[in-house]
Amino acid sequence: MLRLSLAVLAATTLAAQSPKYGVGQPATPAQIRDLGAAIAPDGSGLPEGSGTVVAGREIFKARCARCHGEKGEGGVGSILVGGQGTLATARPLKTVGSYWPYATTVWDYTNRAMPFDQPGLLKPDEVYAVVAYVLNLNGIIGSDQVMDAKSLPKVKMPNRDGFIPDPRPDPAKKPKHKTTHDARGPKS
Amino acid sequence: MNDSKRSSRRQLLIGAAVGGGLLASHEKARADAAGQLGTPLGPYGERSPFEKAVRWRRDSKTPETGSSFTPLQDSVGTLTPSSLHYERHHSGIPNIDPAQHRLVIHGMVNRPLSLSVAEIRRLPSVSRTLVLECGGNSGSEWAAKGGPDVQRSYGLVSCSEWTGVPLSLLLTEVGVQPGASWVIAEGADACRMERSIPIAKAMDNILVAYGQNGEALRPAQGYPLRLIIPGWEGNANVKWLHSLKLTDQGYMARDETAKYTELMPDGKAWMHAFQMDAKSVITFPSGGQKLPGPGLYELTGLAWSGRGKIERVEITTDGGRSWAKAQLQEPRLPMAFTRFRLPWRFDGREAVIASRAVDETGYVQPTREALVAVRGTNSSYHFNGTKYWKVQADGAVTNVEA
Repeated sequence: MLRLSLAVLAATTLAAQSPKYGVGQPATPAQIRDLGAAIAPDGSGLPEGSGTVVAGREIFKARCARCHGEKGEGGVGSILVGGQGTLATARPLKTVGSYWPYATTVWDYTNRAMPFDQPGLLKPDEVYAVVAYVLNLNGIIGSDQVMDAKSLPKVKMPNRDGFIPDPRPDPAKKPKHKTTHDARGPKS
Repeated sequence: MNDSKRSSRRQLLIGAAVGGGLLASHEKARADAAGQLGTPLGPYGERSPFEKAVRWRRDSKTPETGSSFTPLQDSVGTLTPSSLHYERHHSGIPNIDPAQHRLVIHGMVNRPLSLSVAEIRRLPSVSRTLVLECGGNSGSEWAAKGGPDVQRSYGLVSCSEWTGVPLSLLLTEVGVQPGASWVIAEGADACRMERSIPIAKAMDNILVAYGQNGEALRPAQGYPLRLIIPGWEGNANVKWLHSLKLTDQGYMARDETAKYTELMPDGKAWMHAFQMDAKSVITFPSGGQKLPGPGLYELTGLAWSGRGKIERVEITTDGGRSWAKAQLQEPRLPMAFTRFRLPWRFDGREAVIASRAVDETGYVQPTREALVAVRGTNSSYHFNGTKYWKVQADGAVTNVEA
């Protein structure tokens, strides 16, 4: 009886989940592989491979420095280094080192979007190496550390706990009276 | 066309039109075509050569990334022509053959699916008129001196009729597995733009759109497929959509961590601040325009809210001391442009004008000061403060800080 009930239940569940329109083709593993590698903060999606700070310095010099400067000081491309301790000041400097909460994001973005004019050019080993170099420039990892699918998600970024949920609506919760004076008007 | 040429032409047109001298300013153009054959019929329409409204963009060493701004000052009604819709790209506009394009839905689903554009077009469709606004629109207004005209200060917003398939339909079709809480959307552009979207919103009212304003999406708007997420910041509306991955976590992509997060004065930043709040701006008269002289004018502008319908728009012409209710163009659609209007007699004395929107949730568009008091001036995104224009005694309209 129990077995029968389970069978009925399973059939019912299956029916509820079966496609209504039946359009499209089953996605093949190859089709899924051809999409961008999306990397989660826990490291899921990171491919095999590894990279060192030393290797990253050379790749960065060849592929990244013309826009980001040899030491990540910025140029046409954004500043990648510095700014730690500035976020609560009048002139915050948001960089990989000071602002980005996850090292996995640096891998994901470098892999999918860089170099600007040839996104996707870098192989996984090269991405690991460039990320290692940028993290090292920011003083986040030592110059002898190796980045791979295991070590990268464990890197604690300085601003890891710097983000909070969106608290809006903040300043305009309650309707104001119609004739409220608006501070931006001219002082006459 | 450079800015000074464009604005002087705009002033000329406004002056001529308002002064009743439109024909005089176009002496070579014919007022009446009687007796003379015009041009033959054409396969795809173009606007009159006399119309010059264009998007504005900053000069850039990397023109493939950046923004172009809708000329709101030249808009009438509530729709933005697809050709003038604002743009924000991160690695250029791809040229995609729809016959080869596929949308793959995978990850935590029972039946990973690959859909062609033609297959998606066979499914039950929905059309909705919706605003799309960049999360960074009006970012210039955080500075003490905001944008000089409505295009540059408010122009990263447009309104179109979008047509597509509800994302919820596609997700039901693939069978979302228990525990899947996020959808990671990815575009097929060079940088494979990526954003994370909570499953609740994905099941609510998101469209996988293929149509805009009665035809296929323009390439710059994501041809052949894009996400349209009602009420949410533009960046999350991933264009050239080719992948939706169901996951048990947000992926903290660059554009939801390093960018499109709001840095507060205490150094903390808001994350996943998707929602666009109520906002409005006067488009006529606005910065860079000139009233030809005292007399009656129709103040007009646009209001919208990511939270629903516009309930009320108020206008001040005395710098915020008093506010009058503007007339709203019906139908007022949720999360779409609502055009507002108010007759106004310009008496030749300096006037400081602004609009203030209230949406159906009771949310009142705040002042810049109210926003800055909470968020400081370094939060970059989601500025929706009131915008003041100064109509000078000579009729010239400037930024109030000018």
